[in-house]
Amino acid sequence: MSDMNLTLKVWRQKNNNDSGRFESYQVAANEHMSFLEMLDVLNQTLIEKKEEPVAFEHDCREGICGACSMVINGRPHGPQGGTTTCQLHMRHFKSGDTITIEPWRAKAFPVIKDLVVDRSSFDRIIQAGGYISVNTGQAQDGNAIPIEKDLALQAFDAATCIGCGACVAACPNASAMLFTSAKVSHLGLLPQGEVEHSKRVQSMVKQMDEEGFGMCSNTGACEVECPKEISITNIARMNRTYMGSVFGSDKTV
Amino acid sequence: MSWVSNFLTSSIGKKLIMSLTGLFLISFLVVHLAGNLQLLANDGGKSFNVYAYFMTHNPFIKTISFGLYAGILLHAIQGILIALKNRSAKGSRYAVSTGANASFASKNMALLGTLIFAFLLIHMGDFWFKMKFGAVDMVAYDGIDYKVQDLYDKVLTSFKNPLVVVAYLVGLIALALHLLHGFQSAFQTLGLNHKKYTPFIKGMGVIFSILVPIAYAIIPIYFFLFK
Ligand code: HEM
Ligand code: SF4
Ligand code: FES
Repeated sequence: MSDMNLTLKVWRQKNNNDSGRFESYQVAANEHMSFLEMLDVLNQTLIEKKEEPVAFEHDCREGICGACSMVINGRPHGPQGGTTTCQLHMRHFKSGDTITIEPWRAKAFPVIKDLVVDRSSFDRIIQAGGYISVNTGQAQDGNAIPIEKDLALQAFDAATCIGCGACVAACPNASAMLFTSAKVSHLGLLPQGEVEHSKRVQSMVKQMDEEGFGMCSNTGACEVECPKEISITNIARMNRTYMGSVFGSDKTV
Repeated sequence: MSWVSNFLTSSIGKKLIMSLTGLFLISFLVVHLAGNLQLLANDGGKSFNVYAYFMTHNPFIKTISFGLYAGILLHAIQGILIALKNRSAKGSRYAVSTGANASFASKNMALLGTLIFAFLLIHMGDFWFKMKFGAVDMVAYDGIDYKVQDLYDKVLTSFKNPLVVVAYLVGLIALALHLLHGFQSAFQTLGLNHKKYTPFIKGMGVIFSILVPIAYAIIPIYFFLFK
């Protein structure tokens, strides 16, 4: 186990009214730790010194819950592609490095404390239509509803979105198009979700706009930083189905 | 009709306007270039002047040109409004920014657009304004029974000024960058992202964004150096 000595520049902010600032800390880590374990070590030393530990979100620590939001050296979820912060290991850093850690930055994700932001705007987008209203019953027999393999794969790829918000964090416009389009796609591509697709896409886009996210300039930064490598082809799908629904269906939301 | 206004004020509706006006302006670039390349013909400006007369007197073309002015204004105003809204949606910036995850052009469309707009003002002031309101000498050509404005002569004098030539080149570089992102972006906004066609659209976009500004740039450079 080789030891690493790191300098951390961490964003500290007491609450949403505080303007916030960076604080520097020294931390001794080793290359087998995950990034969050390294932060645990930092917090342990802060607690022992009777200082306020750094608030950061975490839950599963296995890359599936989407809680561990932070921008590491300017990149959401850090330097390794297709990886959440909890799955990022310290071997991607060198002893002596200075690591800057910031919260997601977007108006629609206000900072609650330190690195923790309020992502309930995502919850409200889901509540606006990211569900299937009818009970779909027991798990179906594998071949009861035939679904073409390609379609199933596209739906599955979209469904891997963990709602972490890195797309919004990466976007210079703080646009939530990648997240929303992933949800719209994963439900709309499958037969059970297709029924409500037309209404769903209008409702979810409307809620997304109301939450104050920016508009999509197609920079593609979101798909580069997304830990689940969700593709912006989903955004194109949402654009065309949204327009199709507005002009081609009798639904208005 | 509230559904129409809902659509036009939605994020996707606003971007649809950008995409459609942007594509309209792209088609204009082709027509405008085809006409202006006649400046390179070695006929003392005859073909260009006769063409310019046609473009300013044909009622159909005149109608289209109003659509064009409206299109540019709509695209520019909507673009600036979108950029302002996006900036405020982001709020604060990151202390560290690698800039590696998106192209320079894609993040600076409003800046590039503003440069293009500034160029358009110079360009229109130089030619369009003089043509409409200033004094341009009339010339007569064999085989044409009416006199036309000698715009060729105006081009000749304008492009003798190195500052004008530099302003044109800056404007065209901004246009090239704007299109390098904008061309393919317009299709993505329309929802046209397709395994088979998107690589073609992207390739076309790069070729177009480089060749068209270069072809435009040849005109001031040629006049400055050789006329
Ligand atoms: C001949 C001139 C121009 C052409 C051919 C052109 C073309 C385009 C195209 C094709 C797009 C992509 C639309 C999309 O993403 O769906 C675009 C975007 C944009 N244009 Fe232009 N444009 C021109 C002039 C201008 C001017 C004068 C301005 C502003 C002063 C401007 C500002 C913008 C902005 C801000 C965007 C990005 C919108 C966004 O995605 O957020 N453009 N342009
Ligand atoms: S699309 Fe990717 S980056 Fe955005 S919320 Fe889903 S998993 Fe996170
Ligand atoms: S803690 Fe669950 S994805 Fe990182």
